[in-house]
Amino acid sequence: MAVCVAVIAKENYPLYIRSIPTENELKFHYMVHTSLDVVDEKISAMGKALVDQRELYLGLLYPTEDYKVYGYVTNSKVKFVMVVDSSNTALRDNEIRSMFRKLHNSYTDVMCNPFYNPGDRIQSRAFDSMVTSMMIQVLSRAPCCRAGEALWA
Amino acid sequence: MEGLTLSDAEQKYYSDLFSYCDIESTKKVAANGRVLELFRAAQLPNDVVLQIMELCGATRLGYFGRSQFYIALKLVAVAQSGFPLRVESINTVKDLPLPRFVASKNEQESRHAASYSSDSENQGSYSGVIPPPPGRGQVKKGSVSHDTVQPRTSADQQEPASPVVSPQQSPPTSPHTWRKHSRHPSGGNSERPLAGPGPFWSPFGEAQSGSSAGDTVWSGHSPPPPQETWVSFADTPPTSTLLTMHPASVQDQTTVRTVASATTANEIRRQSSSYDDPWKITDEQRQYYVNQFKTIQPDLNGFIPGSAAKEFFTKSKLPILELSHIWELSDFDKDGALTLDEFCAAFHLVVARKNGYDLPEKLPESLMPKLIDLEDSADVGDQPGEVGYSGSPAEAPPSKSPSMPSLNQTWPELNQSSEQWETFSERSSSSQTLTQFDSNIAPADPDTAIVHPVPIRMTPSKIHMQEMELKRTGSDHTNPTSPLLVKPSDLSEESKINSSVKFASGNTVDGYSSSDSFTSDPEQIGNNVTHQRSHSGTSPDNTAPPPPPPRPQPSHSRSSSLDMNRTFAVTTGQQQAGVVAHPPAVPPRPQPSQAPGPIVHRPVDADGLITHTSTSPQQIPEQPNFADFSQFEVFAASNVNEEQDDEAEKHPEVLPVEKASDPASSLRVAKTDSKIEEKTAASVPANVSKGTTPLAPPPKPVRRRLKSEDELRPEVDEHTQKTGVLAAVLASQPSIPRSVGKDKKAIQASIRRNKETNTVLARLNSELQQQLKDVLEERISLEVQLEQLRPFSHL
Repeated sequence: MAVCVAVIAKENYPLYIRSIPTENELKFHYMVHTSLDVVDEKISAMGKALVDQRELYLGLLYPTEDYKVYGYVTNSKVKFVMVVDSSNTALRDNEIRSMFRKLHNSYTDVMCNPFYNPGDRIQSRAFDSMVTSMMIQVLSRAPCCRAGEALWA
Repeated sequence: MEGLTLSDAEQKYYSDLFSYCDIESTKKVAANGRVLELFRAAQLPNDVVLQIMELCGATRLGYFGRSQFYIALKLVAVAQSGFPLRVESINTVKDLPLPRFVASKNEQESRHAASYSSDSENQGSYSGVIPPPPGRGQVKKGSVSHDTVQPRTSADQQEPASPVVSPQQSPPTSPHTWRKHSRHPSGGNSERPLAGPGPFWSPFGEAQSGSSAGDTVWSGHSPPPPQETWVSFADTPPTSTLLTMHPASVQDQTTVRTVASATTANEIRRQSSSYDDPWKITDEQRQYYVNQFKTIQPDLNGFIPGSAAKEFFTKSKLPILELSHIWELSDFDKDGALTLDEFCAAFHLVVARKNGYDLPEKLPESLMPKLIDLEDSADVGDQPGEVGYSGSPAEAPPSKSPSMPSLNQTWPELNQSSEQWETFSERSSSSQTLTQFDSNIAPADPDTAIVHPVPIRMTPSKIHMQEMELKRTGSDHTNPTSPLLVKPSDLSEESKINSSVKFASGNTVDGYSSSDSFTSDPEQIGNNVTHQRSHSGTSPDNTAPPPPPPRPQPSHSRSSSLDMNRTFAVTTGQQQAGVVAHPPAVPPRPQPSQAPGPIVHRPVDADGLITHTSTSPQQIPEQPNFADFSQFEVFAASNVNEEQDDEAEKHPEVLPVEKASDPASSLRVAKTDSKIEEKTAASVPANVSKGTTPLAPPPKPVRRRLKSEDELRPEVDEHTQKTGVLAAVLASQPSIPRSVGKDKKAIQASIRRNKETNTVLARLNSELQQQLKDVLEERISLEVQLEQLRPFSHL
C-alpha cells in the first residue's frame, strides 16, 4: 500500500528508504526530505508536553495531489515516513497506524541485532521483506505497479 | 591477460578452489602457498607449473588475484589435457575438462569435476571440495584427513543435499567416516590407517602434528557421522590456518576459537553427509555447540548477551552483514540474547556459511529453538525424507517437516503475535474500530436494525426527546403522572418491535411515528415511540438516548404504552387530559353499581360514544377491572371536562391551523400536541388532584391501563378512538356521582371534538407516513448508489 517507506535517523539522515519505482524515485526522496520539516514541526508543537505523552503516530503530514505522506516518530527521534498513493482511498487511519507499528517492531528487531551498529544503513533482510510485504499490497490493487528494489545495495 | 570465458561449471569450480586458497578470506588473493600446492597436486611437471604461473601473470604481480587464479586453473586444465600451454589456449580450447588435482583433493576434485560436468548445480559439492577455512586458529589434528581422502574416493558423498545428482558418486560409507573421525579423537597423527597421503597433504599433516591444542579439543568429540569429504577439508583448512596461525601463537587463541572451528568442521561434515537435511545438527555438533556455549555462559539455561555473541561470531570472520543475517535468523524471540538453542542454531548457520552454504531466508525448522517440553520429542536430526537440498543450498529445507513438533511451528506465529502484542504505547485505534463498527451497523440491513442494541437517533427525535425530558421534569411534582410520562419513554427504550423497524432505520421519522400512532394500533404507538428512541441512537450524534426513567413494574410498561396511545390517539387535550388524569384520578375502588351509570349515559351520546359504550359493556364482563375503569373514565372525563374545556377547545383550534401548515410543521405540531397533551395531562392531574376526588396511587391506573391495553390489543384501529374515549369515560367515572349530567354532555361534546381532530390527525398521519416512506426509499437508493460508486473510487 505504501509507495515509499523511509526510516530517518535522529540526525535526519536516512537509514533506509525504499520506494516503488513507478516513476523516478528521486521524487519520493524529495518528498520524504521535505516531510522532515513537517515532522519537526509536529514534534516541537508537542514538545512542551512530556515525551511520554507525545503520540508516536503523527498522522498525515501533508497531502499532495497524488500522494499523502504520513509520519511516525519514536521516542528516540527516529522517524518513519510513509508515502501512500492518494488513489488508495480504502486506506484508513488505523491501517496506516498498524503499518507504522509493524515498521517500528521491525526496526526494533534490527536494533536488537548486535551486529547492527546504530547509525548504519539498515540492510536487514527481514526488514526488507517486511517493507516489501507492506508495499507489495499495492500490486494486488494496481497491477501497473511493480515492487521496488532496495535503493541502496 | 585476455578475457577468460568460463562455463558455469568451471566458474563454480574455480571459485571454490579460489575460496579454498583464499585462506585469509580476502576474496581477492589466493595464498601463494596454497596455490602452489594446488598446482603441485595437479601432477604437472614443475616447469609446466612455472609456465602456468607466468602465463597467468602471477609472477608479474607477485600474487594470485582471482583472475590470475582462474587463468592458472584453466591453464592447468589445458596442460592436463595435453594441449600446449599458450595464452590463447585459454579460450580456444573448447570442452576442456576441469583441472584435476591430485591427492586427496584430487580425487575429490575429480569427482567434483565429474559432477560439475554432469550437473553444474552441484552446489553441495562445494562444501565438499573446499571448505573455507574457519578462520579460527583451529588446530586440527585431523591431518588424517589426507588419508581419509582416499577412502573417500569410494565413498562419494559430495552432495549431501543433492542425492539426485552425481550418480557416479557412491553413497557415503560410514566406515570411512568413522575411520576418519576416529582419528580425530584419538589425537590425530598417531593413527593413520589410510596411508599414502598425497604430497599435497603431507605438509599439512606435519603441521598438524605440531598442534596439540586442537587435539585436546578434539578428543572431546565423539566420532561424527559419515562425512568423509568434509572431514578432510575440515581438517586441512584448519591445518592450513594453523600453519599461518602458528607464528601468531596458537596458545593465545581462545579455545573457543579452536573448538569453534573444530565444530565447524564437524558440522560441515555432518551436513554434507546427511541427505535429508543439511541443516540438521548432529549430536556431535550439538555437543560441541553446547560446550562452546558453556565457555561463554556457564549456565546452560541462561542467555548469551548480544555483545558476547557478537564477539564470538565475529571470530568466524564472516562479513558483518552475514553475521547480522544469521543473528536475525537465530534470535528467535528477538530479545537480543541467545539461548542455548538459538546459539546452536547460530553456530550451525555460521558453520554452514563458512562452508559455502548460502544462508536461508528463514530459519530452517531443524534449527528452530525447541520449546522445553519438546526437547525430548524433537530429535535434532529428525528430518525424515527431507531432501531439501535438491537445488541450491540457499533454499532452506522444507519447513513442513512432519516430524517438527507443532509447537515449533507455532513459534513463528507466536513470535509474530507477540510482536504484534509488543506494540509501543500508542493510542489504540479502538476509536476507529468503534466508528467502523458503527458504520458497519448502520448501513446494514435496516430491517434488522432491531437486533442492534445500538441506539439510533434521529435528529428530529432529539426535540422529541427533549420534550420527553421536559415532560418528565415537568411532571415531577405529580407522582402519578411522572411514571405515566416516563413509561412511554421506557417503552420506547426497551421494546423493539418489528412492525415499525423501518422507521427505526429511517432517521427522519420521529414526528412521523408519533403521528403514526394516531392511526395505528395503540400498541404500535408505543412501538413507534420506541422506534423513535431507537432512531435517536443511530443519528450522527451517536449518543444514547436518555436513560429510561425507572419503570415501576413490568406491567406498567405496557400500560405506559397504553397511556401514550391514549395520549396520542386522543388529540384533544381534553381527552388526553382525561386520560392522563386517570392515574391521579383513580378513585377508591369504583362500585359496580356505578358501572351501569356511565354505560347508561353513553348510549345517549354520539355514535362513537355508543360504540364505545357498546364495547365497554362487552369488555366489562370480560374483565373484572373493567368496571373500575369505566368508572374511572367517566370520572376523569367529567373532571377533565370541567377543567379542561378551554384546553380542549384550544387543541382543536390549534390542530386545524397546524394542519394547514406543511408536514414538517405538522410534524412539529404533532409533537407539540403531544407535548401540550403531556403538559395538559400534567396540569390536569394537578388540577384534578387539587379539585376533585383524590386520586389513588398508580396501581389503580395500572390496572386501568392493563385493561385498556388488553382491550385495545384485540381491537382494530377504529377502536382507538373508542378506547380513548373509553379511557376518558373510565377516568371520569369517579366523578360520576358528582356531576353526571354536566359531565356527560361535556364529555360527549369533547368526545365529538376529539374524534374530529382525531380523524384529521389520522389523515395527516397517513400523509406523513407516505412521505416518510418516500424519503426512506430515496435514502436507500442513495446509499446503494454510494456503495456502487465506492468500489470504483477505491481503485
